[in-house]
Amino acid sequence: MSADGSAAATTAAASSDRTDGRSLGERIVGSSVGDRAYVAIITGFAVCVPLLLAFIFIEVLLAGWPALQTFGFGFLTSATWDPVHRQFGAGPAIFGTIVTSIIALIIATPLALGVAVFLSEYAPAWMRQPVGFLVDLLAAIPSVVYGLWGIFVLIPVMREHVMPFLRDTLGLGATPFFTGPMYGNSVLAASVILAIMVLPYISAVSREVLLAVPRSQREAALALGATRWEMIQKAVLPYARSGIIGGVILGLGRALGETMAVTMLIGNSHEVSASLFAPGYTMASLIANEFAEASDDLHLSALMAVGFVLLVVTLIVNAIARWLVWRVARGPKGAP
Amino acid sequence: MIHATRSLVVAAAIVLASGCSGEMKGSASDGSKSASSSGVDLTGAGATFPNPVYTAWIHAYDSVAGVKINYQSIGSGGGIRQMQEQTVDFGATDGPMTPDEMSKAKGGPIMHFPTVLGADVIIYNVPSVTQPLKLTGPVIADVYLGKITKWNDTRIATLNAGANLPASDIIVVRRSDGSGTTFIFTDYLSTVSPEWEKTVGRGKDVKWPVGIGAKGNEGVAGQVKQTPGSIGYTELAYARQNKLQYAHVRNAAGRFIEPSIASTSAAAAAAKLPPDTDYRVSIVNAVGPDAYPIASFTWLLVYQNQPDAVKGRKLKEFMRWFYANGEKAATALDYGPLPGNLSQRLIARLDSIQVGGTK
Repeated sequence: MSADGSAAATTAAASSDRTDGRSLGERIVGSSVGDRAYVAIITGFAVCVPLLLAFIFIEVLLAGWPALQTFGFGFLTSATWDPVHRQFGAGPAIFGTIVTSIIALIIATPLALGVAVFLSEYAPAWMRQPVGFLVDLLAAIPSVVYGLWGIFVLIPVMREHVMPFLRDTLGLGATPFFTGPMYGNSVLAASVILAIMVLPYISAVSREVLLAVPRSQREAALALGATRWEMIQKAVLPYARSGIIGGVILGLGRALGETMAVTMLIGNSHEVSASLFAPGYTMASLIANEFAEASDDLHLSALMAVGFVLLVVTLIVNAIARWLVWRVARGPKGAP
Repeated sequence: MIHATRSLVVAAAIVLASGCSGEMKGSASDGSKSASSSGVDLTGAGATFPNPVYTAWIHAYDSVAGVKINYQSIGSGGGIRQMQEQTVDFGATDGPMTPDEMSKAKGGPIMHFPTVLGADVIIYNVPSVTQPLKLTGPVIADVYLGKITKWNDTRIATLNAGANLPASDIIVVRRSDGSGTTFIFTDYLSTVSPEWEKTVGRGKDVKWPVGIGAKGNEGVAGQVKQTPGSIGYTELAYARQNKLQYAHVRNAAGRFIEPSIASTSAAAAAAKLPPDTDYRVSIVNAVGPDAYPIASFTWLLVYQNQPDAVKGRKLKEFMRWFYANGEKAATALDYGPLPGNLSQRLIARLDSIQVGGTK
């Protein structure tokens, strides 16, 4: 609207140019002072954000430096976290953060995609709005509520039904991933709650992207004799691919940083175990658990260093994901 | 949910505390209330564990003396840090400051004033056991070290003759967040078990040999309630308000003591304190015949030389008031009040706080 307005003003200036004796050039220079101020202001805003990120980065790195210097590379690999004897290693927390996030995405992505495809392609119009709204509502539930629900509902169900089912009925106990005692609080429980939490992000983005696929794309596939499923599979999903991956990245970002619900369900134990039934730890939980009562300087510094590692891991994961999107976006968009 | 119950109790305690000191009300409130009606007079920060009783005292004292005190329960670590930086008028901690931490305080010497007592109780979920379990310190230590792994272990069975102990695994639950509750617990285990002291030690966070970590008292209690075969520890006040089943623990005198407000206070009564003490003492495994062994003071931190004379006087008056009138509120909130003679000693000790160059 403002663009139209300024265009109209320019035209008016041009037409009045001959009568008031001022040249067209003068008028444009005059209005461009405002333009330049506007550009300067929004550039300032835009620069603020990366600057803020840089400051956070530097500040967290400086605060964590004493710990990083003391423990060196071992800080990333050591499994010893002993505040009493001042030995700190974040290995299990780094491992737990990545494992829970990946498993959460493995569970959530197909579900979310199913929801999105159903809502955009199959659902009758009266169903689309309310079901979509309810799925989106999942994103509005505070994470402490997820945590409480997890403790009182999910954990007992996991312990008494899901875990025995996975281990014995499906016979997955033969693999190292589903063995050991079933406490309930575990990497698996944390991953499941994360999956539920990231689901609305992935499904909301995917739904919008699928709805944005042009009608002609669908009609072309149908005209070639494709069934509805073939049309979705060969014409719609490939077209929406990069957008869907964008939604998954959004979910991943949420999963990496999620604190409260994970803390309540993961068992908070500094161990690296192949079994998903074992308790674990995540970086965000570690900081949330220990920051308030940490008074020793090295302990505080170690927690800051964990925060720094979390920042770096998030950046790396996002960079990889963006690279993936870029790769995919370059590929063919239509049917192969 | 838990906080809701807690705040109800706080409200009740405020009524109690202001009621019991009603005789002071008429004389003190009229004059000073108008003087300090705007803003906050004193700011404090620190431990979360005593927050309900401090809040109750602060409200009651406001209605009595018209002094506004803002206490932020940010955790003991934060309280100590803010004291060192002199950003608050008083601090609070569940574990005494170390000499190293005290040397970093910018305002000079810091004094520790115990306010109330807390205790840890051992909670468990063994449906077949109907009588309260009896445990000893070394047995609890070995359970938490992962050396006793079954409920029907002979060392538990001999303490509980006739109890129907199952052959199932003991699932150890402990706090994942740094807390004063953990400090009391590990302080006790370090006192009774040389192996615990050597391999784990005492602290608000420790490197736990076994078990799953749950956040907060409510997390530990929730985990234990839902997991048959589990054992955990919570603060006494929390366990009482939520009607949890808890173990009797053998004290230094060899008697099995039920955790209660009285047996917690008894632990402080038995403590031998030299005349010039800073009260930075552990009272776990106390010697008294009725003392519950897993108990501790919680402390207010005060600068000996108050930088601001007006605030210094107000702080001293507040402390004098709660040492004299705070017992009912503390008991109502399930904290162990200080034994009477100790409160008297602490009131006398307030004189050694220097305000504006004079006592």
